[in-house]
Amino acid sequence: MVDLALNEAYSAVASREAALKRFGRSDARFRLMTLGAALLVVAIFAGLMMSLISGAWLSLHTFGWGFLTTTIWNPVTEKFGAFAAIYGTLVSSALAMLLAVPLGIGIAIFLTELCPRALKRPVGIAIELLAGVPSIIYGIWGLFVFAPWFQQHVEPWIIDAFANVPYLRDLFAGPPYGIGTFTAALILCIMILPFISAVTRDVFETVPPMQKEAAYGVGCTTWEVMWRIVLPFSRAGVVGGSMLALGRALGETMAVTFVIGNAHRIDPSLLAPGTTISATIANEFTEALGDKYVSSLIALGLILFAITFIVLAAAQLMLKSLERRAGGKAA
Amino acid sequence: MNRAIYARRRAVNSVFLVLSTAAAAIGIVALVLILYALLKNGFGGLSAAVFTENTPAPGSAGGLANAIFGSVLMSLAAVIVGTPVGMLAGTYLAEYGRHSWLAFVIRFVNDILLSAPSILIGLFIYELIVVRMGHFSAYAGMAALAVIVIPVVVRTTENMLLLVPNTMREAAASIGAPRSVSIRAITWRAARAGIVTGVLLAVARISGETAPLLFTALNNQFWSTNPNAPMASLPIVIYQFANSPYDDWHHLAWAGALLITAAVLTLSILARLLESRQR
Repeated sequence: MVDLALNEAYSAVASREAALKRFGRSDARFRLMTLGAALLVVAIFAGLMMSLISGAWLSLHTFGWGFLTTTIWNPVTEKFGAFAAIYGTLVSSALAMLLAVPLGIGIAIFLTELCPRALKRPVGIAIELLAGVPSIIYGIWGLFVFAPWFQQHVEPWIIDAFANVPYLRDLFAGPPYGIGTFTAALILCIMILPFISAVTRDVFETVPPMQKEAAYGVGCTTWEVMWRIVLPFSRAGVVGGSMLALGRALGETMAVTFVIGNAHRIDPSLLAPGTTISATIANEFTEALGDKYVSSLIALGLILFAITFIVLAAAQLMLKSLERRAGGKAA
Repeated sequence: MNRAIYARRRAVNSVFLVLSTAAAAIGIVALVLILYALLKNGFGGLSAAVFTENTPAPGSAGGLANAIFGSVLMSLAAVIVGTPVGMLAGTYLAEYGRHSWLAFVIRFVNDILLSAPSILIGLFIYELIVVRMGHFSAYAGMAALAVIVIPVVVRTTENMLLLVPNTMREAAASIGAPRSVSIRAITWRAARAGIVTGVLLAVARISGETAPLLFTALNNQFWSTNPNAPMASLPIVIYQFANSPYDDWHHLAWAGALLITAAVLTLSILARLLESRQR
């Protein structure tokens, strides 16, 4: 560019050079700004981790590994153990997944294969709106509408039905409280359903139509096409999407806090009140007195962070590998 | 042809098709039931007082004005802080980093933050700001919400910038535009609708967030515009009122819930319209 300007006046060359330099400087500045913002994301993540570790230090130092396996949670004697909360978190999320994964896949099948074209968009949007409803709304609905109905009309029936079945009898025992681990799991299930069905529908749509048509061509039923062609092809996506949903369920706070009952104990019955890590923190943090109490609540947060990190990282890696595969195919 | 096998396959097929239709029905019924409960219980509580009066003591009349103000103020501040950071970071990932290992790490961390439990972000800001300042404040609430906004905006910005055809960047380079100018004047502009969609979705997400505000902004029963003091917000007031034994608080909680849901659903439908118009 400077060459082109040679036959012009020297001042023009100089001003061009200056302009180029200015451009170069502003370019570098802009690049640095974007890099700084990007690094800020990493800094937030690192800060989150560090603050949890430093906050939890006192508690972990006092209680050691026993913190993970002790059930006692007693603010008065300042003895704390995370086991009841961890147990409640894992059980409610596992139950929610058990219900939501088949339902979510069912919805995705309905949307991709069965739904009349005219209904496809409205039904899809309705399911996605379900994902947009804030969790506090699920909480208030669960507390005032779902739990009372569940207590009056469903729980007595479940308790009666399983009264004479070994094992199940213990899982569904006790008076119908309405609120409890099972109710929390059902609310969680409704909450994560749209995540699973949205991801599943998207990966279903990446299945090459040729493969499906070939299967239909040799006389497969719709179900056989889904089960033998579409699901195996999109397995990684379905599992990845489900794990993203699991990450949500594990950390979900408000919806669970309202309906789980907040009892620090482990009851074999799913209908009994329990607690989760996030519900415990939400309920007790602002009222916690004493360093050990606060630190133990942050230690619970650290455990939740570790669990969700593993689940989300695994989900990320699975979905990434899927993307790479899809990208490779397209190229 | 074996008729028994044929009949069985058809039977299995219809059973599963009915089941998956039922699954879709369950999802829709759940949405309808929730919206119905919100309308039924929320409309009764809605009145002019909801918007003009502050949160009452139990037993007396009042509204949600201070909570609505707090929610709007904190969400706005969080978006104003979070959007530029998120846009710049997303721009780095899409325009400069792309395939570098640093971009890979940032992308990974960002996606974890995107789905990390929001209550942990509350704990983080509590440790970072509340403990150091010695008191709860709306500033801390804004920071917590901004931390939630950033990953959402990063993700959508990157995705939208990647959709911009490379020929546009090449055209800009060919007329001698420096890279930063071509990004700001060409690629950002081409991806504008998509980025706005992302920001709208982020607003929708934070306006219903409760957990990160619990121990950052806390709550305030009175009208307060001081960002250095605790501030009320709709989700926290709903949480407090719904868990109380008072009927009139319950009515206000439902009214607040209706307001939030209406706002959030309107935002996400707007975002969707914008998105579909762009395509």
